[in-house]
Amino acid sequence: MAQIKFILNSENRIIDVQPNEILLDVLRDKLGLKSPKCGCDRGDCGACAVLLNGKSVRSCLVFAIEVDGQEVRTLEGISADKLTQLQESFIEFNSFQCGYCAPGVIISATELLSHNPHPELEEIKEALSGNLCRCTGYKPIFEAILDASHKEEK
Amino acid sequence: MRDFRFIGKPITRIDGREKVSGAAIYGDDIDFGPNLLHAEIVSSTQAHARIISIDTSEAEKVQDVVKVFTGKDFPFKFGLYMKDRYIFAQDKVRFYGEQVAAVVARTPQAAKKAAQLVKVEYEPLPAVLNQIDSYKEGATLVHPELGEYPHVPWFFPKAGTNVAHWRKTRRGDMEAGFKEADLVFEDTYHVPRYAHCAIETHVAIGKYDLSGRLTVWSSSQSPHTQRHLFQEALSSMGLSHKDVRVIAPHVGGGFGGKAGVTMEILPAALATKLKGYAVKIRWTREQEFVNTYQRLDVVAKIKIGVKKDGTITALDHQLYWDAGAYVEYGANVVNAVGLSAIGPYRIPNISIDSVCIYTNLPPGGAYRGFGYSEMLFGLESHITRVANQLGIDPVQFRLMNAIKEGDKTAYGASMNPNGLIQAIEKVAAEIEWGKKIESKDPKKAIGKGFSLFWKAPAMPPNASSSAFLKFNEDASINLIISGMDIGQGYQTVMAQIAAEILSVPPSKIRVETPDTDRNPYEWQTVASHITWGSGNAVKKAAIDARDQILDLIERVYCLPKNELYLEDEAVKCHTQPKFIKPLREFVVDGIMTEDGTFKGGPINARGMFMPEFSSTNGDPETSQGGHPNVHYTVGAGALIVEIDRETGKMHVLKAVEAVDVGQALNPSLIHGQITGGLLQGLATVLYEDMRYDDKGKLLNPNFTDYKIPTAMDVPDEIVPIIIEVPQPDGPFGARGVGEHTMLPAAPMIANAVEDALGIRIKSMPITAEKIALEMLKKQ
Repeated sequence: MAQIKFILNSENRIIDVQPNEILLDVLRDKLGLKSPKCGCDRGDCGACAVLLNGKSVRSCLVFAIEVDGQEVRTLEGISADKLTQLQESFIEFNSFQCGYCAPGVIISATELLSHNPHPELEEIKEALSGNLCRCTGYKPIFEAILDASHKEEK
Repeated sequence: MRDFRFIGKPITRIDGREKVSGAAIYGDDIDFGPNLLHAEIVSSTQAHARIISIDTSEAEKVQDVVKVFTGKDFPFKFGLYMKDRYIFAQDKVRFYGEQVAAVVARTPQAAKKAAQLVKVEYEPLPAVLNQIDSYKEGATLVHPELGEYPHVPWFFPKAGTNVAHWRKTRRGDMEAGFKEADLVFEDTYHVPRYAHCAIETHVAIGKYDLSGRLTVWSSSQSPHTQRHLFQEALSSMGLSHKDVRVIAPHVGGGFGGKAGVTMEILPAALATKLKGYAVKIRWTREQEFVNTYQRLDVVAKIKIGVKKDGTITALDHQLYWDAGAYVEYGANVVNAVGLSAIGPYRIPNISIDSVCIYTNLPPGGAYRGFGYSEMLFGLESHITRVANQLGIDPVQFRLMNAIKEGDKTAYGASMNPNGLIQAIEKVAAEIEWGKKIESKDPKKAIGKGFSLFWKAPAMPPNASSSAFLKFNEDASINLIISGMDIGQGYQTVMAQIAAEILSVPPSKIRVETPDTDRNPYEWQTVASHITWGSGNAVKKAAIDARDQILDLIERVYCLPKNELYLEDEAVKCHTQPKFIKPLREFVVDGIMTEDGTFKGGPINARGMFMPEFSSTNGDPETSQGGHPNVHYTVGAGALIVEIDRETGKMHVLKAVEAVDVGQALNPSLIHGQITGGLLQGLATVLYEDMRYDDKGKLLNPNFTDYKIPTAMDVPDEIVPIIIEVPQPDGPFGARGVGEHTMLPAAPMIANAVEDALGIRIKSMPITAEKIALEMLKKQ
């Protein structure tokens, strides 16, 4: 067991982890944050994405011990205060169907807008290319991101 | 058209906030505390073998292992339409990946470690790995006991062979039809297996509590059907239906894969031997590929006779399906297509043979489209080819032969009202059919492809839906139903139906995922029947509530019921415009009268729907005489594809799809179905492909090697078109649309490739590699 200190959704946390424990499992099973989902367990699907120091990572490919001293943000953290414009746009455009990929997609789109507030369609596609969605055909997701980027302007 | 308040409006999903905030709970998200046990399944490493021995002794020694189970512990069969499966393999395994044993431990790690120590000794048997070999005389029998299996009356298994079911449909005189024809054209088409690839894998948790009741939390399209099959399979435990409870949280995608019962039987059964514990299994992505259902492989032989003027005179359509090792659900896919393989056409003389064949590959079962995608790849490819040979434009040919209201279906019933002609015309106009496009890049060619589609719900004639509806103090509503919102927007649309009748906005209606203890019966969320079936039940429940409300107002205020109506969450009266009684004042607390007493009370309503006109009584030799399908949803699609002549790489520039939904309850959600369904369909034709080795082992059970579409793979433009020719018995005229949207994708591509390059590819997927090789041959 090793002790790690990190910031999780704006709170300082100290927990014990095994050196081989995966961040996804620790978030879900030890810390009770269920928004990151397991879809493939090997980094293909992106459903487990979280923000690590503001960058989107697949939490199934990160050892928990690696986040020692870092900052982790999950969808729970993003939603805590009130929903973001991006989330409101996803609702407005009926962007998700089953919703299982939504946490990962929202993480990736949040990262995109944080460094590129007005992305082109091709940039959105590129940013989401690691998040698999089987339901929607992606178009309603693109539309919501474009919408949010315009609304944030105002 | 009537003026609706909520029907036909593109309102946002009522589960939207839950899903984008991370609040939505899926099966894997439920906490069971430290007493939760984890099961790891030991799977067969043979496609067909006798089990000689299973040695569990080393596994049992692993720290934290609670118990190891094998088939001996559960000698029970189960199955939806035919009881041909066991909970665990008994004396034989019949596909690579079949469940042989289970290790239950206190941690997933211990379970996994111990499962690797279970030693299974096999005596290999000859395996049949495709339906053509399996159909041959003398082929190894996958189920020598086939003759003894219980099945529904509309299946016709052939004992002593690998034919699990043979649906024959005959009408008119096929031989005479071919004689009458000026051109008879035949060919063979092949469609391989496909995987659903919902992003959430199957997960189920069983708990048999100390009082002897079984609860199963399950990611499912079929909570009530699961309860019934668990009760049947585990009846030796003395479980009554009331003792079995299925709780279904949000489902992370279904596409047919979470219909019926597959792996959910495992934690349910294991729990019954571990009283007081919860037992959890979450399939890995690899298990998800191998041991749920897969879409069936089909070889289709099509022979069409036509006159010079373009009239189709006869069709002989033979479909040979690889349904896998167990066909308890898959045989009904074969059945459904056997009743409908004329496609949406008016053909007087027909013969259809749809043959369900056992093989030693994973079980086939429901997959969005239920066999129609597979059938339409061949038929719609063939229709275009026949038209071209006659020198008639393929769209014109389709218009000439398209089925119309009142025409006979294959089994002799009358075709329902439909907007097929309208769909063809609108799609042809939008895609500018007939107008050639040249690519700006000389290395590339551009082609257009067209396809029609149709599909009926495949369900037992007594498949029913029901609904409870209760008012709360503020006139908000809990609508208690048991269909599953697998993403299609079921909860939202049902809220819209209740809202329309009761004048309460959908935002004031809560619909939760079901619990079979508390929610009324629903057959399953399959067949694209739920908008229609459950929608009718919800509408009846809302009308029941409205009747209770208006009866009360009539009784208390002496106003004639037939002059009362609901508007803006209040009761109003046509003849007394000043009378306004807000619902929130009485729907729970009742109405106080002059003497201080109260009348009325909580408004609780119910509704039920069963299609009482449906029957499966057709003649086994001809399928004539019954009414197995309640109605068909029809439509048309077209696309423009740009292809690199050298590499074969394809890019869809534009796709158009029109579907006749009867009445659009929520156009935004229908557009979502069209966009998502089209991309899923395009993936099956452009790149998805399950690859097996010569031992029956799946070689690509992951998203690295089995590619599903990413954000980069979306067509440049998708144009959804909604056609509305009302379904007379549908809620507000609506009919189902969810599965249909992927149906035309594959033949559209095949037809567009031929239009662009003059090559015809008759086996899916139509990969860049296949095109490049064909182009080489052509040179």
